[in-house]
Amino acid sequence: MSSQAAENRTDPMSADRPTKPPSAALQSEPQSEPISKPTSKPTSKQADPHILLDAVSVGYGETVIQRDLSFGVRRGDVFVIMGGSGSGKSTLMRSLIGLLAPQAGRILFDGESFWGAPEQARTRRMRRNGVMYQSGALWSSMTLEENVALPLEQYTNLRRGQIHEVAVYKLALVGLAAYCDYYPSEISGGMRKRVGVARAMALDPDILFFDEPSAGLDPLSARLLDDLILELRESLGTTMVVVTHDLASIFAIADDSVFLDAATRTMLTTGNPRDLREHCEIKLVRDFLSRGGE
Amino acid sequence: MRILVGDMTDPVSNPVKPHPAARIKLARDQASHVVVAIGGAWRLDADLPDLDRIDAELFAEPGPASIAFETSDLVAWDSGLVSYLASLAWRCRERGIEVKEEGLPDGIQALLRLASSVPERRAEGRDEHADPFLRRFGLDFIDLARSTGEILAFIGEVTLALRAMLSGRARFRRSELWLLVEEVGADALPIISLISFLVGLILGYIGDQQLAQFGARIFVADLVGLAIVIQMGALITAIVLAGRTGAAFAAQLGTMQVNEEIDALRTLGISPVEFLVLPRLIALVAMTPLLAIYANLMGILGGAFAGTVVGGLSPTEYFTQTVAAIGWNHITQGLISATVFGAIVAVSGCLRGMQSGRSAAAVGEATTSAVVTAIVFIVIASAGLTIVFDAIGLS
Repeated sequence: MSSQAAENRTDPMSADRPTKPPSAALQSEPQSEPISKPTSKPTSKQADPHILLDAVSVGYGETVIQRDLSFGVRRGDVFVIMGGSGSGKSTLMRSLIGLLAPQAGRILFDGESFWGAPEQARTRRMRRNGVMYQSGALWSSMTLEENVALPLEQYTNLRRGQIHEVAVYKLALVGLAAYCDYYPSEISGGMRKRVGVARAMALDPDILFFDEPSAGLDPLSARLLDDLILELRESLGTTMVVVTHDLASIFAIADDSVFLDAATRTMLTTGNPRDLREHCEIKLVRDFLSRGGE
Repeated sequence: MRILVGDMTDPVSNPVKPHPAARIKLARDQASHVVVAIGGAWRLDADLPDLDRIDAELFAEPGPASIAFETSDLVAWDSGLVSYLASLAWRCRERGIEVKEEGLPDGIQALLRLASSVPERRAEGRDEHADPFLRRFGLDFIDLARSTGEILAFIGEVTLALRAMLSGRARFRRSELWLLVEEVGADALPIISLISFLVGLILGYIGDQQLAQFGARIFVADLVGLAIVIQMGALITAIVLAGRTGAAFAAQLGTMQVNEEIDALRTLGISPVEFLVLPRLIALVAMTPLLAIYANLMGILGGAFAGTVVGGLSPTEYFTQTVAAIGWNHITQGLISATVFGAIVAVSGCLRGMQSGRSAAAVGEATTSAVVTAIVFIVIASAGLTIVFDAIGLS
């Protein structure tokens, strides 16, 4: 399943990435118009956004943290959810990965409602998404290899030896094949995050979610993780959704982004962060992207 | 960095001489102007003057219109002085007295500016006023109803997971189950040996004293044997497991909650109840009766020790009497109780762990709560089971 799916995705990817129209990035309103980007294979499926949010509100209990979020994430893009501390970036991600039902609105993956679907369908969908958690969230009672192998054991019919091969290969992709039999407590924070990526990729997901990948990393490790994200996107064509407020990382990896504001509790704009830094008419967004100085 | 601590002496050339004590003096040069003279070493580790002591003097009627500072005698200072001056300045401002900071060292002036420039912003939606009694009572009641609902929902989830397991669909690792069986069962043997032997011994000793008064010493074997087999063996095992294993389960699952490990399972579509709770429940339910049988034997041994050493019975006598006293119905009662207790310990430990908040304090609370919940329900179940056994004629 993996090789075929990856092939399908790599093809349109390499063709449409460099030719992204800057105009789409400039609009400060939610993307209401259909995305009109030239693709090599203009099938209807590729014109549809991979993930679509329609008037979504998220929060806990009666507290609304973000309301009225409407935007799309294109297939194969690195999409950044940015915003200041406490703006609800991580809360929104919890809704996208299936941990927290939104208070209102719809989240569509490939045009199918995520939270409106019965639980089994949602679980199936969740399995096709990979998540890298902020601290790695590796299962501490298992070795690194077992961590990566667990999804394979649960959801594939591979034999033990094959699972071992795949797990070692995934760890090799993040440069940690030599640490197969280590436990999570025995490696550094940056390595844990990379294992988190390897585990998230175990089942060759369609979409990879990253929660603050560069938080708590030194600049070099953060850079390595960014490079890893880009390389994986290039080679596998996976759609990446990244929650971060790290500017260096945002400019290095983002094709598209949404800016969440803590004060008004909604999104202020979407678009490519580089364009937003230069041309966004909202001062807060320009300030955020230039560390308050211009 | 330099502005944080000022020290006008040279500690290298003069290391031995202690700093002079911190002192503060007020001088009114005009009726409306006060000069505050600060001298000595103002350090947090020294004895600092109390602000309230100069309060009365400074604000004595008629209060001054302005205050200034004089610091030529100041030897050393750190936050001790800055915090003192900051609260002094605050009190002056409250009364509309002008504070002239020019006489202070530059570093102190900068720090005072910094301290007074922080905007007083507080998180929104933080409700701190005390609720009236009725409201608190109502909220507690709603909480109770909700937590009862949560317990029931959790038991429901566990039941569904059990059904999934019986049809072979449950997702958990067999290797983990064996590890848990070892941790829960074999590793608990020493402490269970000790406690049940001593409880048997104490029962035997007290029983012997009482029964000796009317020459019925031999019946100490009946007393110890029945008490241990029907109730005490299972109860000792359950309470040891609640403290030892239930607490460990809550702490493990709580920490996994903090680490987002449980979220990581969920987002993979693996039910944490099947993956984490089910193996723990099975391990405990399987091991508790076995441990209870072992506790029974050790308890009877303790009773025998008391009966033979203190009571002067022969070992053969004691054992023949014990065997005659205990029937299969008594053993069955003990084992059914143990199984139920094991399930209670596992469910409370896992429930509190899964409910745990995402902080170290929350994991501590979850652990405490797991033990308390387990023991409360064990005692309730023990009473309930006694009634049931009586009703079905097992006793």
